[in-house]
Amino acid sequence: MRVGHQPKDFLLAVSGLTVSFDGFKAVNDLSFYVEENEIRVIIGPNGAGKTTVLDLICGKTRATSGSIQFRGQELTRLRENEIVQAGVGRKFQTPSVFEDLTVFENLEISYPRGRTVFGSLTFQRDDAVKQRVEEVAEMIFLKDRLNTYADQLSHGQKQWLEIGMLLIQDPDLLMLDEPVAGMSVSERAKTAELLNRIIKDRSVLVIEHDMKFVEDIAHKVTVLHQGQILSEGTMEHVKNDPKVVEVYLGH
Amino acid sequence: MIINSRFFNRSELIGFLALAVLLFVILPLSVDIFRLNLVAKYLTYAFVGIGLVLCWGYGGILSLGQGVFFGLGGYCMAMYLKLEASSVENTKIQSTPGIPDFMDWNQITSLPFFWKPFHSFPVALMAIILVPAIFSLIIGAAMFKRRVGGVYFAIITQAIAAIMTILIVGQQGYTGGINGITDLRTLHGWDIRTDHAKYVLYFVEVVLLFGCIVAAQFIRLTKLGRILVAMREQEDRVRFSGYSVANFKIFAFCAAAVFAAIGGAMFTLEVGFMSPSFVGIVPSIEMVIYTAVGGRMSIFGAVWGALLVNFAKTSLSESFPQLWLFGLGALFIAVVLAFPNGLSGIWADHIQPRIDRLLASRRPKSTNYVADGAPAE
Amino acid sequence: MFGDYSISDLGAILAMQGFAGLILFSVYVLMALGLAIIFGQMGVINMAHGEFMILGAYVTWMTSSAVQSVAPWLFPGYFFIAMMLAFVASGALGMLVEWALIRHLYKRPLDTLLATWGLSLILQQAYRSIFGAREVGVELPEWMMGSWQATDAIQIPINGMFVMGLTILITIAVFYILFWSSWGKQVRAVVQNRVMAGAVGINTEKVDRYTFALGCGIAGIAGSAFTMIGSTGPTAGQLYIVDTFLVVVFGGAASLFGTIASAFSISQTQSTLEFFLSGSMAKVITLLTIVAILMVRPQGLFALKVRK
Repeated sequence: MRVGHQPKDFLLAVSGLTVSFDGFKAVNDLSFYVEENEIRVIIGPNGAGKTTVLDLICGKTRATSGSIQFRGQELTRLRENEIVQAGVGRKFQTPSVFEDLTVFENLEISYPRGRTVFGSLTFQRDDAVKQRVEEVAEMIFLKDRLNTYADQLSHGQKQWLEIGMLLIQDPDLLMLDEPVAGMSVSERAKTAELLNRIIKDRSVLVIEHDMKFVEDIAHKVTVLHQGQILSEGTMEHVKNDPKVVEVYLGH
Repeated sequence: MIINSRFFNRSELIGFLALAVLLFVILPLSVDIFRLNLVAKYLTYAFVGIGLVLCWGYGGILSLGQGVFFGLGGYCMAMYLKLEASSVENTKIQSTPGIPDFMDWNQITSLPFFWKPFHSFPVALMAIILVPAIFSLIIGAAMFKRRVGGVYFAIITQAIAAIMTILIVGQQGYTGGINGITDLRTLHGWDIRTDHAKYVLYFVEVVLLFGCIVAAQFIRLTKLGRILVAMREQEDRVRFSGYSVANFKIFAFCAAAVFAAIGGAMFTLEVGFMSPSFVGIVPSIEMVIYTAVGGRMSIFGAVWGALLVNFAKTSLSESFPQLWLFGLGALFIAVVLAFPNGLSGIWADHIQPRIDRLLASRRPKSTNYVADGAPAE
Repeated sequence: MFGDYSISDLGAILAMQGFAGLILFSVYVLMALGLAIIFGQMGVINMAHGEFMILGAYVTWMTSSAVQSVAPWLFPGYFFIAMMLAFVASGALGMLVEWALIRHLYKRPLDTLLATWGLSLILQQAYRSIFGAREVGVELPEWMMGSWQATDAIQIPINGMFVMGLTILITIAVFYILFWSSWGKQVRAVVQNRVMAGAVGINTEKVDRYTFALGCGIAGIAGSAFTMIGSTGPTAGQLYIVDTFLVVVFGGAASLFGTIASAFSISQTQSTLEFFLSGSMAKVITLLTIVAILMVRPQGLFALKVRK
């Protein structure tokens, strides 16, 4: 797959991406590029189309036009599960974990093996699986909660669990939608620490409102406004862009 | 440890053994063959119920068309039996000997092509499994690949049940019409109407039923079982964990269809006929209710639900035909409103804890007794 | 099957069958409007909808018998009274059912389906106990019988046109209520955001109850119309429930306009096919066509592309 992969190639190349809902263009002719191991934060006011961009990349929403290339593979033509298998992981805004399953089972389901019907029928919970699950559980601070049903977890713990579920997939591109929203101050600090650890060795696309957090992690910031890019660059550059100040930071 | 390697946990094992003792020992010894045959008839719905537990309880896919698959299994069996009963010798008074009587009455002069394979017993057995499996695969693929689910799926499966009934009733020359396929006599030369045959068939059915219970339990315990639960809760999360949700739904729906078809085939053997009145909207939804009453999440519950509701139906509708429909209606509403997990839920929430407490209170007592008897400081 | 007819014959047949299908169309539209309101606006699957219709039919039958014996001079106009009574009776029952049953099941559409199926069994048995198992028929006043000779070949039944006219009026009224009245705005507000609607002072419980009652009341009127094409029995409603659900789904559940269009196409297809095939095959082909189309286009005929 990686034959012909040149160093200058982008991991993710979004170009001319447009989606319209009944005439309303939620994302309008959007182009941006994410490099290998880059941490990119998308900010913007409510309704700017941030979540829609993630929906488009992971296949939840179909683009009206435009292209999304991931390692040279066109994502707009793939189904959601194929996009995941290509190496794109997505965390939703509200924690979406399986509440009727235990923490262990939640993580196990995300383990990238036995993803077909017959694969899952013959799936064995062998040592490799157990070891990996425990490893990830430790990373997300849930090692002693492996047998707890997910509905018993706090909001913050559910967020961590979902991050853990992504982690176990080991995606090349990790997309996080407001990972620290709704967390207490101490959870927030722990999450930042967790994110800092897991974003190494992969590219990350984050939507976040917490400016302090953005400043901490972002390599590059993209500001969206009304489905289009308002500004792009380092945090310093974006913060001093008068257009950005006007529509977003200025309030 | 995290892994529970045992196939049944303690309460499931008790449920399994209790059911086995009841069906293999107590009932055959305590009731006459007429009643035992009724039990066998009720149990055919338990097959449907087990399928619904997987498909609806676990997978969250409510099918209101299980009667279709029950009927397909039943008709495949009935077609074979009917052809055997319609040998040239048995039907020599007809204007066309050698074809089923209802065809002769409808001026059909040769056996339709889709009847011909049913001369062969192995083909008929294969058809019982394959016809519903393929049919459910087509429906499932068409619907789930396009993300049709929930109430839409329920309504469309119900419409399919309606279409099936109208078709069977309307095409009486090919299907036996409203009366169905009746007057079935022998299975591969073995008379199925004798008391002895009924005993044998009962035990065959119970063995098959336990086979299906074990198969369903196996599916439930694999990762596929957990994916079904996960899918019911957070379909998108499963999809974005790299699974093709549609394929898993198709599997659950096909499995449920095959279970239902086995039940239908056994029904034909136990009762001696098959008719559209077991295919349509009303029987299909009643099958859902047996499952709901037993507990949509419990494989054993499905068996108990099928037994108890049908038992109540027979005994109540014999003596108080008016009360029965009121009772059944009220039962539906009560189960949905107050006991969404049915009898097995009531058992797990109210009875099991009491038994546990009772057992627990006895055990410490005996240790306390020892402690009391020990020398005081 | 078309071979034996000339083109002009076929035209006349199509027209006549089309008009013969008008009552079926009216019953479908009224039933489906009620269902679509209840399903589209509240997310409730009402399997007992057919029984609400049959209640309207029984009310119509009772009114007709009562008027005939007590006030025969009123007979020519009894149908209007019957319709209003049917609306009130079914609506009142709907209100009761919403209070006793439905309000406990919001957000659980599959469960409303099962619970209302239980309700439909109870209602069927209640009708059987009260009115007997025998089917009853309604006698039409003289002016509604017969037909109007449009051309040599085409006859249009008067009751069909009458029911059709009424259906149009009721449909307009429903549209008015839902899209222009302030109550309709409340209903739509509750649909879009229940919590917010409650927060701005809308009594969401009351809105739910009246919405459900309105849907059931319209089914009652459908029952009045139904008395003209079929005889009324305890289980007659059950035969219509699947068709009506398909009408709603086929039209696109959120679109009342779609509901009407789909009721029209389904009733016309069926009544046209009925001329050439047996009734049962006409029905099979109609239903199969709908199911097949729904498999290709599950969102129904009229649906917007929206962000979920």
